[in-house]
Amino acid sequence: MTDLILFKNIDEPGLATLDVYRARGGYGDRLRKALSMPRDGLVEELKASGLRGRGGAGFSMGTKASFMPKGQMDKYLVCNADESEPGTFKDRELMQKCPHMLLEGMIIAAYAAGATRAFIYIRGEYQQQADILERAIAEAKAAGLLGDRILGFDVNLELWLHRGAGAYICGEETALLDSLEGKRGNPRLKPPFPANQGLYQGPTLINNVETLATLPHIVEMGAGEYAKIGVENSTGTKLISISGHVMKPGNYEIELGMSSRDIIYGLAGGPGEGRSVKLWFPGGSSSPVLTGDDLDIPYDFNSMAKAGTMLGSGAIIVVDDQTSVVDVALKTAQFYRHESCGKCTPCREGTNWTVKMLERIKSGEATPMDLDLMASVCENIIGNCLCVLGDAMAMPVGSMVKKFRGEFEEYIEAARERAERELIASITPSVEVAA
Amino acid sequence: MANIGHLTGEGLQAVPRYAHGSRVPGWDDAVDLTKDPAGVPDPAQVSVPADLRASIEDYMSRYPDHRSAAIPALHAAQKIYGWCSPEAIEQVACVMRLTPGYLTAVAGFYDQFDLQPMGHRPVYVCTNISCSLRGADELLASLQDELHDSLDVNLRGFECLGACDIAPMVSVEGVYVGPVESPEEIAELAAQIRAGEDPLPAKQLLKRACQDPNSGPS
Repeated sequence: MTDLILFKNIDEPGLATLDVYRARGGYGDRLRKALSMPRDGLVEELKASGLRGRGGAGFSMGTKASFMPKGQMDKYLVCNADESEPGTFKDRELMQKCPHMLLEGMIIAAYAAGATRAFIYIRGEYQQQADILERAIAEAKAAGLLGDRILGFDVNLELWLHRGAGAYICGEETALLDSLEGKRGNPRLKPPFPANQGLYQGPTLINNVETLATLPHIVEMGAGEYAKIGVENSTGTKLISISGHVMKPGNYEIELGMSSRDIIYGLAGGPGEGRSVKLWFPGGSSSPVLTGDDLDIPYDFNSMAKAGTMLGSGAIIVVDDQTSVVDVALKTAQFYRHESCGKCTPCREGTNWTVKMLERIKSGEATPMDLDLMASVCENIIGNCLCVLGDAMAMPVGSMVKKFRGEFEEYIEAARERAERELIASITPSVEVAA
Repeated sequence: MANIGHLTGEGLQAVPRYAHGSRVPGWDDAVDLTKDPAGVPDPAQVSVPADLRASIEDYMSRYPDHRSAAIPALHAAQKIYGWCSPEAIEQVACVMRLTPGYLTAVAGFYDQFDLQPMGHRPVYVCTNISCSLRGADELLASLQDELHDSLDVNLRGFECLGACDIAPMVSVEGVYVGPVESPEEIAELAAQIRAGEDPLPAKQLLKRACQDPNSGPS
């Protein structure tokens, strides 16, 4: 294992303050190095590092920055801190313990994108983290690290923190922009992509907290050195959040390409004595599930894609063998039903009907044919909406039905028998009375 | 004569309607259908507390388009009134020069804004996958039992709060605590919530160290 990059000595007392962060080299030579590079050179450097977006989609960060048009116009940088994918809590730890790392990364990204205004959109529930960030922003402003002529370079950046108010969909970049404009958080049709028409119709670069916080380190190490970490097409280290049935849930920083078994059993201690992994979500609750047989797949973007799922936000949720897959599917579907913004019919209706069918399975009113119906509903959501929220329900639930069909059928049968027994018991006089 | 029952309504079963005339329960509770739609409030008619006005104007100055301040402004108003009451919405609309209808639509979209009178102290229990695998549904039920008579507390199950490492967890007015597992802990937490004390100080998220064994000082 190479040295940690983002989590290195993250619990150092006072790291959230400017003084301690500066003593570690923050806002120092590396920021000067970044700001003295020509803008195109910096974008090329980011491309060469191979850094892929850490928010879920895994798109090359440098390429995204290079889509920003040249010319004199108001351009924006938005940090997506609306970390709401179930199972994900890595950005929270980063923002709360080292907020200046994010701010320094945002200065670099804003310079690369030519943006002069930046916003951090943080989810409304993260009140403590928002307070910490507000303090850090105030400190940085007072020290001249935000505002006009940063470190004496011809770089200006006005940065504000914007709190959301509890909506999962606002983690989707175009819904986030609508929400930031003070509207209901409905996703927009793409194209135009935010790089052309984003916030206030201006070119906008949107990146995840972890992606932005990595930038100072890439500049410091050099893109070549950074690209040596990890595996091909998945360079660098990744923060992963492990939760569910493991002994040591928490955030870990790993080198991409590590074996999934080493993560779940090695780092997080596995599901405990006498239990085994039944299924796991490799990248948040939106990713198709893998089973206990898939533990030897390396944890990187391409291997996960090859296994039919995705690395997503790097959130592993482990479910042990004592849990019913029907319960997990129902919880997942209920969440997406609640969070669907209601704009596109396949998602609004599809999530609702999936929940209804799963509830029917639970109450013993379903037949195995409902599973096919459910699979068909899921298929008809995927790719038919403005954003991927509906897909994010259809993929995991569809994969659970596919991989655990036997268990679903047994559950349906058992629940039906139970319901029948209860029905008969409720209409026939009790045996003791008759005898 | 052709059957025009579907036009006249003859021969059709009466559709059950709620008192306000709609077939959908509650969706327009706050709306008086006999009133004209409200325009942008007249500043001469609406009095806004000075500190609320100052903070909304501060938010508005941060964005190129002042409408962006809608969510922060609603947060500020909800903090004062405990919920997004018609009065609160009107005051925000007055300062922001927007219609109350627009702000109600925005507030209705987001889970943290309450358009019904609620306890002014939000207590959220995460009931998403990771937390429910570790007993969040039972935790919510026990807290509901304990706190059902505390009217100033707005206790509710909430979507993933981004703290699955301390599952099952509770957000007490923004302070994350967890894991809350044993019945004694739940009772202690309920008592602290009721008294407005610092919730389970030893189990607060901000005091939790990073779990990565390599993150310590080298």
